[in-house]
Amino acid sequence: MTATEQHIDQILIPILEQVSDPEIPVLSIMDMGVVRSAIINNDIVKVEITPTYSGCPAMDVIGDDIKKALKDAGYKSSIDLILHPAWTTDWITPRGRKALEDYGIAAPLEAEADKDVLLNEKRLVKCTNCGSQNTRLVSQFGSTACKAQFQCDDCQEPFDYFKCLK
Amino acid sequence: MKENLYNYILGIADNSLILGQRMGELCGHGPSLETDIACTNISLDLFGQVRSYFQYAAKIAGDNRTEDDIAMLRKEREYKNVLLVEQPNTNFAYTIGRQFLFDVYHLAFLSELQNSQDLTLSAIANKCIKEVSYHERFSSDWVKRLGDGTEESNQKMQDAINDLWTYTDELFHQTEADKMMVSEGIGVDVTKLKDGFYERVNTLLAEANLQIPESKWFQKGGKEGIHTEHLGYLLSELQYMQRTYPNMEW
Repeated sequence: MTATEQHIDQILIPILEQVSDPEIPVLSIMDMGVVRSAIINNDIVKVEITPTYSGCPAMDVIGDDIKKALKDAGYKSSIDLILHPAWTTDWITPRGRKALEDYGIAAPLEAEADKDVLLNEKRLVKCTNCGSQNTRLVSQFGSTACKAQFQCDDCQEPFDYFKCLK
Repeated sequence: MKENLYNYILGIADNSLILGQRMGELCGHGPSLETDIACTNISLDLFGQVRSYFQYAAKIAGDNRTEDDIAMLRKEREYKNVLLVEQPNTNFAYTIGRQFLFDVYHLAFLSELQNSQDLTLSAIANKCIKEVSYHERFSSDWVKRLGDGTEESNQKMQDAINDLWTYTDELFHQTEADKMMVSEGIGVDVTKLKDGFYERVNTLLAEANLQIPESKWFQKGGKEGIHTEHLGYLLSELQYMQRTYPNMEW
């Protein structure tokens, strides 16, 4: 299995797409890229999920929500948390990135640009409210482990930025 | 049970557990809202990492032990964290100095642990290093800001570095479990991280307008379970609920 390969039975995709990240309800766990495999074997669905951040408290809830969604669809399931390969923001799908932006969270930049904005050396993050790039870092750490706080100097809107993780 | 591997994992994880608890103490007490949130986010990352290590250790132990038992039910001398991480939040400069010195070590350590022959440990290291590189960026940025700030902030940062310096050498001491694990290709040879550590730290201190401490006397003992007086107080808070209401669960 290569680092980015997923094994998910087609029939399960619509069910798993209904489960969202409890802290970012607009983002399905499929678009988040945390489901690494979901395979039906002898009437039991074996699901492997990987945490975004080690201490992410959402992972326990996501596991329970997957179990419930599968149960509602008539499947028994077992959930395993796997650490390898480690999750990266590259696994967020284009649809996921758009959902983040619409929700008011700026999507992650590439690694180099990410470093520049988090040291407040360049202005590259687009304001999710007005689209201006005239934004500045407020705090490297935000409301959850995966985000930083920014503010737009044009429309003054404060907003979250999803940090690049590679 | 693989005794050496078990002890080796606890030696790594206890550093993150105790430092995580120290950073968590700042919840609601940080000098500003942003730094408060940053410190508690770092704490959360460290606790998450600890869970991965302790879950693995509990599996190796093979009895009914859980990750919570390992975290909550040991006595002071059974914790094998380095003395550095248990030092108190005397003021924000100490908090940042302690974090910075540990982060520089932690990054170098995880970078090597990624090559471990033990696939679980290498996977944990591969996961943690991404988070720890954010921690190091945060703490080194603050060392520079305080060191290069006002006369008062410079003095406070210098005092913190001077006091914490005595705990840095211990990071590079090898335990018996270390030696066994290095010989099996599982563990990291910490003695080899020493030069790189002081090089990075000294460069940043110079950038931050801070003096490199001259003291050549170093404190040790944490890795053998002989701690400073601060750990007992920290543990009494960490373990309070489990000691008062044994086996309680959320």
